[in-house]
Amino acid sequence: MFELIGVSPQALFGQLLLGLINGAFYALLSLGLAVIFGMMNVINFTHGAQYMMGAFCAWMLLNYAGVPYWGALVLAPIVVGSTGVLIERLFISRLYHLDHLYGLLLTFGLALVIEGVFRSQYGISGLPYGNPLPGGTNLGFMFLPWYRGWVVVVSLAVCLATWFLIEKTRLGSYLRAATERPDLVQAFGINVPRMITLTYGFGVGLAALAGVLAAPIYAIKPDIGANLIIVVFAVVVIGGMGSIMGSILTGFGLGILEGLTKVFYPEASNTVIFVVMAIVLMLRPQGLFGTPR
Amino acid sequence: MRWSLKAWAAAAAVTAGAGIALADYTDGVIKIGVLNDQSGIYSDVTGPGSVWAARKAVEDYCKANTCDGKIEVVFADHQNKPDVGSNIARQWYDVDKVDAIVDVPTSSVALAINTLTREKNKVFLNSGAATSDLTGKDCSPNTVHWTYDTWALANGTGNAIVQTGGKSWFFITADYAFGYALERDTAAVVEKAGGKVVGSVRHPFPGQDFSSFLLQAQQSKAQIIGLANAGGDTINSIKQAAEFGIVQGGQNLAGLLVFITDVHALGLQTAQGLIFTESWYWDLNDVNRAFAKEFAAANKGHMPTMVQAGVYSAVFHYLKAVHALKSDADGAAVVAKMKEMPTDDRLFGKGTIRQDGRKLHPMYLFEVKKPSESKGPWDYYKLRATIPTEEAFRPLAEGGCPLVK
Amino acid sequence: MSTPPKSWDMPVFAALVGLAIAGPLFVYPVFLMQVLCFALFACAFNLLVGYVGLLSFGHAMFFGFAAYIAGHLAKVGTVALPVWLPTMGKAWLTIPLSPLTPEIAILAGTLVSALLGLIVGVIAIRRQGIYFAMVTLALAQMVFFLCLQAPFTHGEDGIQAIPRAPMLGAFDVRNDFIFYYVVLAIFCAGFLLIYRTIHSPFGQVLKAIRENEARAVSLGYAVDRFKLIAFVLSATLAGLAGATKALVFQLASLTDVAWQMSGEVVLMTLVGGLGTVFGPIVGAAVILAMQTYLASFGEWVLVIQGTIFVVTVLLFRRGIVGELQGLAGRLEAKLASHSTSGAHRGPAE
Repeated sequence: MFELIGVSPQALFGQLLLGLINGAFYALLSLGLAVIFGMMNVINFTHGAQYMMGAFCAWMLLNYAGVPYWGALVLAPIVVGSTGVLIERLFISRLYHLDHLYGLLLTFGLALVIEGVFRSQYGISGLPYGNPLPGGTNLGFMFLPWYRGWVVVVSLAVCLATWFLIEKTRLGSYLRAATERPDLVQAFGINVPRMITLTYGFGVGLAALAGVLAAPIYAIKPDIGANLIIVVFAVVVIGGMGSIMGSILTGFGLGILEGLTKVFYPEASNTVIFVVMAIVLMLRPQGLFGTPR
Repeated sequence: MRWSLKAWAAAAAVTAGAGIALADYTDGVIKIGVLNDQSGIYSDVTGPGSVWAARKAVEDYCKANTCDGKIEVVFADHQNKPDVGSNIARQWYDVDKVDAIVDVPTSSVALAINTLTREKNKVFLNSGAATSDLTGKDCSPNTVHWTYDTWALANGTGNAIVQTGGKSWFFITADYAFGYALERDTAAVVEKAGGKVVGSVRHPFPGQDFSSFLLQAQQSKAQIIGLANAGGDTINSIKQAAEFGIVQGGQNLAGLLVFITDVHALGLQTAQGLIFTESWYWDLNDVNRAFAKEFAAANKGHMPTMVQAGVYSAVFHYLKAVHALKSDADGAAVVAKMKEMPTDDRLFGKGTIRQDGRKLHPMYLFEVKKPSESKGPWDYYKLRATIPTEEAFRPLAEGGCPLVK
Repeated sequence: MSTPPKSWDMPVFAALVGLAIAGPLFVYPVFLMQVLCFALFACAFNLLVGYVGLLSFGHAMFFGFAAYIAGHLAKVGTVALPVWLPTMGKAWLTIPLSPLTPEIAILAGTLVSALLGLIVGVIAIRRQGIYFAMVTLALAQMVFFLCLQAPFTHGEDGIQAIPRAPMLGAFDVRNDFIFYYVVLAIFCAGFLLIYRTIHSPFGQVLKAIRENEARAVSLGYAVDRFKLIAFVLSATLAGLAGATKALVFQLASLTDVAWQMSGEVVLMTLVGGLGTVFGPIVGAAVILAMQTYLASFGEWVLVIQGTIFVVTVLLFRRGIVGELQGLAGRLEAKLASHSTSGAHRGPAE
């Protein structure tokens, strides 16, 4: 068998697969961000906090209401999405007439508030959450836990369904039209503000879904979102802000790239995405799949 | 707009009955500052629990002895950042007349406080930080390192595991000074005991996904995977190792720095079988259990960690030395007195402090119980071995401390 | 227009300096030095966002990197640069130096920051708005990585115990009271440089670019060059602030280069007032005082800071100084009973 700079092909396949699994999280999170940015022109810095809320919500449903993982998978995104609706109505809707940067600053502040509240309530060392799909299968080159496989499947399904919803259905076309000319769409008798609000709620729900998926594998901690948000931002920028398919493909692609970096230069695995981001912004500022605005 | 630290940190004053005005106490108060992580990754290990322990030590000391004047305990959050920590410490020493700083987890902050305390000639009693440099190349006549250090952890865990057959090691190391120190000290112990290190990988700090590093560890075919990290990183590594069937695959994990709160966060199902070294456990004897009961009542039902117990023990001994000297003015003199007097308190028993500032006591090798063995909440450890005081810490000559002549 | 009638700036500045000179008698000098360093940092940042309209989300790279350079030179001196030779591979080019005095260390840190600013600027100014923010963020993350990995920064430990050798070979600046006045002088120099810049013809062109870039181009201005000069100046002064901070706290650490620091300087400037002359100073003082006085609230500090962010964005977009100026302008208008140029809007509205 061939060897690549001292790394066996088994190791390489394993890392590629792990990269794909991580990419599933990036894709789901950046998809939510892209939906919100694409439809509302808001850079949602609260996204990381909402991902964290999803994980906590799953934990609370289990411990306070006895709702198991499978129920939380549906309920948590709805609950957290509703808080998103509230946030949009109370705060974000007041900023649409201003520069994008104010939306970014506002949601940055909200993220701090949410994280602070969870820290004071649940401490920082993390809450345990059982694995609903224990065990796994040996693929020859690595051991694949069932649950990780499940994450990839769910993520792919949700990503594609969202893409279909926005790009291929009548509802999606209203949405896209409302982004371009809200006045005109309003004139056709469609309640644009409500549609925008629900869009934000949907984007937040996607973040919460990622949070529920993450709960059984990562410790549930108030800062999990803060550590991730910057990376997911980079994914969205690279994919092209607002591009649905772009963020999905970039999410998976960068997960794989990060996986490879972990083999060859592990210390840099947190930085490689930013290198790509700087290069892309230089050569193609609208992102790999974006259209110039 | 006077700059006062009253607002900085809530102050708790414990006033004893008969104050002796003759004694030479700076500003008439013995002031102890607990500087640790109140809100971040080490806040459960140290945090408010350490503040409680320091106050308890003052209370207990003054119950058993006559205390001179007023003794105050203040606290602040250093957020695990050396700049924040040294900023607070500077103000404590310059403005608020704090006489001693205790706890200080996170090696980088501890090293900063170590330097500052020496410069200002105050007292630094470290319980929370791991780096063995505090009593090695960076040792100071104003510092005592109380509870544990990287060398002691590596020595206890490394030796025990090599002796029970874990000869080949692979390290997953947090990519910063503390991780390197832990890996370096453990690798030395492993090789000395006849084992070998087959590889290591450094993960970004703090890390989230360890599956990739675990896979590399798995492919190294090492018998033991040493986790040279702490807190959330260790928790995540262990959780994910369980998920990827590392232990079922025949490899074993060695957590090099594990606290009881980490085990609590992991749950016994995941943490069972883990072997590591600590200097204190609440369920070792009746005295500890009594202390833990009181602690839990005041701290959301958590049991004390070894760091919090160490804070109690250190403050208790500090008060003894200060009262013997009748002065808290000269930090180096207080620490010299602490080294001269044998230590004796209810949590750590009898012990001594070495010339280089190392507090000496036995260390314990624990194994995490199976869920079926645990009799109740927080019943997590079984004692595998006691490492006697003489073997628990790095020999005086090997540390390279300039104070040792 | 976002400055009050010109005549008021200098008297206000003189009054502030007067207060600052007497400050250490009432307030802990190390805290004041911290405020001055961050005020200068925020002023430098404000030069870019308030007067050119470029929001950088990576300014910590200048602040923090200069701190490392100054700290290293003041403590160790010797510079070792990795070089790749065609035949030998990686080698170290070592320039043996003895530890430098504070003034030279600060100067060197500032110069290195200027150079970094030039490199980053050339790349970043080609983008606008949110893309500019993202490019600066990406580049700052790379600088962070460099600082984490380079041996001279000592990773998590940072460069500790940076000595304050006698300045100019004579002044003993180990005493915080004496060093405070050095820092005050540095701050004043930096502030006046920024003030001169925004009130010069050069500054007028910058404002024209902020208001309408296309028009500035059509008027024949080499817009990119103006932006680049402003960027480098901002980076240089941010570096000056960082290098000074390293000597104040005798410590340079990863906190200073992390992205959260970039967010903090945005918060300070926003709270004080974007595009106002004194806003960043007020913002820095308010935020730092809050962080210090509220430290005992632990995790609630985060909540309070976040709330301030939200409230400022929703209700006081012009910041403390901007709102006060608006108030003063309205008062003036009432008194003079005829319309004056006092009332104005925030820059990004």
